Amino acid sequence: MTMASASRQIAPPVFPQGRAPIVFGALLALLLLLAGRSLYLQRIDKSFLQEQGSSRYSRNLEVPAHRGRILDRSGEPLAISTPVKAIWAWPDKVDAMPEQLRRLAAALEIAPAALSAKLAGGADFVYLKKGVPPEVAARIAALGIPGIHDDDEYRRYYPGGEVMSHILGFTGDGDVGQEGVELAQQSWLGGQPGSRRVIINRRGEVVEDVESIRAPQEGRDLALSIDSRLQYMAFRELRVAVEANKAKAGGLVILDVRSGEILALANWPSYNPNNRSHVARERMRNRALTDTFEPGSTLKPFTIAAALEAGKVRPGTIVDTAPGTLTIGNATIHDAHREGALTVEQVVQKSSNVGAAKIALSLPPETMWSTLSGAGFGTPPKSGFPGEVSGRLRPAKSWRPIEQATMAYGHGISVSLVQLARAYTLFATDGELKPVTLFKEAGPVAGRPVLKAQTARAVRHMLEMVVLPGGTAPKAQVAGYRVAGKTGTAHKLEDGVYANKYVSSFVGFAPASNPRLVVAVMLDEPSAGQYYGGSVAAPVFSSVMGTALRLLGVPADAPVNNVVLPVEGSEVREET
Amino acid sequence: MVRINLLLLALLVGCGLSLVTSRHQARKLFVELEREQALARSYDIEYGQLQLEQSTWGMPARVDKIAREQLRMQIPGAGRVQLIDGGPR
Repeated sequence: MTMASASRQIAPPVFPQGRAPIVFGALLALLLLLAGRSLYLQRIDKSFLQEQGSSRYSRNLEVPAHRGRILDRSGEPLAISTPVKAIWAWPDKVDAMPEQLRRLAAALEIAPAALSAKLAGGADFVYLKKGVPPEVAARIAALGIPGIHDDDEYRRYYPGGEVMSHILGFTGDGDVGQEGVELAQQSWLGGQPGSRRVIINRRGEVVEDVESIRAPQEGRDLALSIDSRLQYMAFRELRVAVEANKAKAGGLVILDVRSGEILALANWPSYNPNNRSHVARERMRNRALTDTFEPGSTLKPFTIAAALEAGKVRPGTIVDTAPGTLTIGNATIHDAHREGALTVEQVVQKSSNVGAAKIALSLPPETMWSTLSGAGFGTPPKSGFPGEVSGRLRPAKSWRPIEQATMAYGHGISVSLVQLARAYTLFATDGELKPVTLFKEAGPVAGRPVLKAQTARAVRHMLEMVVLPGGTAPKAQVAGYRVAGKTGTAHKLEDGVYANKYVSSFVGFAPASNPRLVVAVMLDEPSAGQYYGGSVAAPVFSSVMGTALRLLGVPADAPVNNVVLPVEGSEVREET
Repeated sequence: MVRINLLLLALLVGCGLSLVTSRHQARKLFVELEREQALARSYDIEYGQLQLEQSTWGMPARVDKIAREQLRMQIPGAGRVQLIDGGPR
């Protein structure tokens, strides 16, 4: 009985038929499902999980590269990029107390009302201020306003300000060159930021370099031919002269005769590249390279050189300029001063238009054209500056006699100031035209021979007579140095008619015994009474040349009491 | 046979552990390197800023202004300048 009841109690439960295979099958199916899913994730859809994984430990980091510096010839920095912050906001996420906004406005140096207006403008994204110094950005971040963020960017600073602005130009958004050398040398100066993949730990520190996706390319430094001492001095003197003569504008160029380097290039009016928000485009033009003018008498030496070269005249040949006028067709050429018979030397010294015209008319147009063209007129000077002009020199075949005559004294031809300065290297050397450049050269550079040495020396002697009493520019003399040069006082063309407005200029070089520098000065529309090149531009030349030679330590070639000014009222004047 | 296996096992464990430590060391050193490089970059930036500052203070325009206005200096006229021959250089 007990046995029976016990056996009844432990009798195995009777399961329905087939339950075990079902359970087994279900478990197997689940297992297969899991295996299948894992196979799917591992083999077929693997990129998703890999991305998820790598986003937790790997990062692509940008490797910054900054823009190269621009240096002057002695290594003084003229343009440097430094990291700054751009402060921006998501206006609808900004949630700040009035006090916080007030402090934000103060840090950004904008009016609180202007800040509120920007935030209420309805834009999704708004820049509050760009170019904010890093320490200010740190103060703003410390305010902890949600929705206010900052980005890294570079800003370019120009310590020279308005003194260098026309040469250097400036950069725009993203530190990319927009004007001047910054634009022309963008590929040299500009850096390419790189990128690399790294592994970071949970504190955000980089623990391993995985690969370099793109190596950064740092911007390279660029050395200009500019000497900042001379540049500043030239700029200061030019500015004083433009203001004293109430001129519209002015330009000044200093060239190194041996290498053709531009040591200084000043323009007035100027602008400050560090703060150019309200500057008219007009002020940004580098007039010395991108504007042309009719040079006037500063072109006469080239006419004379062409005639000497062709053997038509010698320095002592007499040219009759009486009665001070010359009529060709229905046009008449005038001299500002009546002179009688002049030697070729005196034609240059006293700047006689009639004399120059007569000499020019004795030449075939092609001969004169080839000398002018050889002096670099009508072709761009290739200084490396963007937008430089070639000026206008018409082909000799199209010249009429009156045009050839006026071209003899610099009308009917247009040049830029740098072209004019460069052309004078013909006389400063023994007839070589030097290439001009804005970039530093290692040493003297050979030029292209254009004139015979004998011709160049003869003209140099004539140009030296110009600054002596009896010439048009005694005020160009420099104490301690012999100088040579030529004045220009050209009527300006307005709507095809020559108006009573002038471009006064002086181009010269020194020391005459062994020329080192060419200086060209140009003043546009001096209107304070004086307008002759000899009284407006020559004094600027004298002070700039004197200071420059002394700064460069060029040995003197004359006693310091060499300056002889004519008695008051006996100056020789010229027009054109 | 068993002994050699045990020895190899110990060696394997040893190698494994040293791999882990050296890996850890490498990461620590790399973090340090990164930190130093960031420091070098920040010095670079600071150097640039200092150069900028120096060149702003030293611009001829500013020197000229201070010399003329505060120190009352002037450029001597040609008559007060004596040129001496430096001789052959």
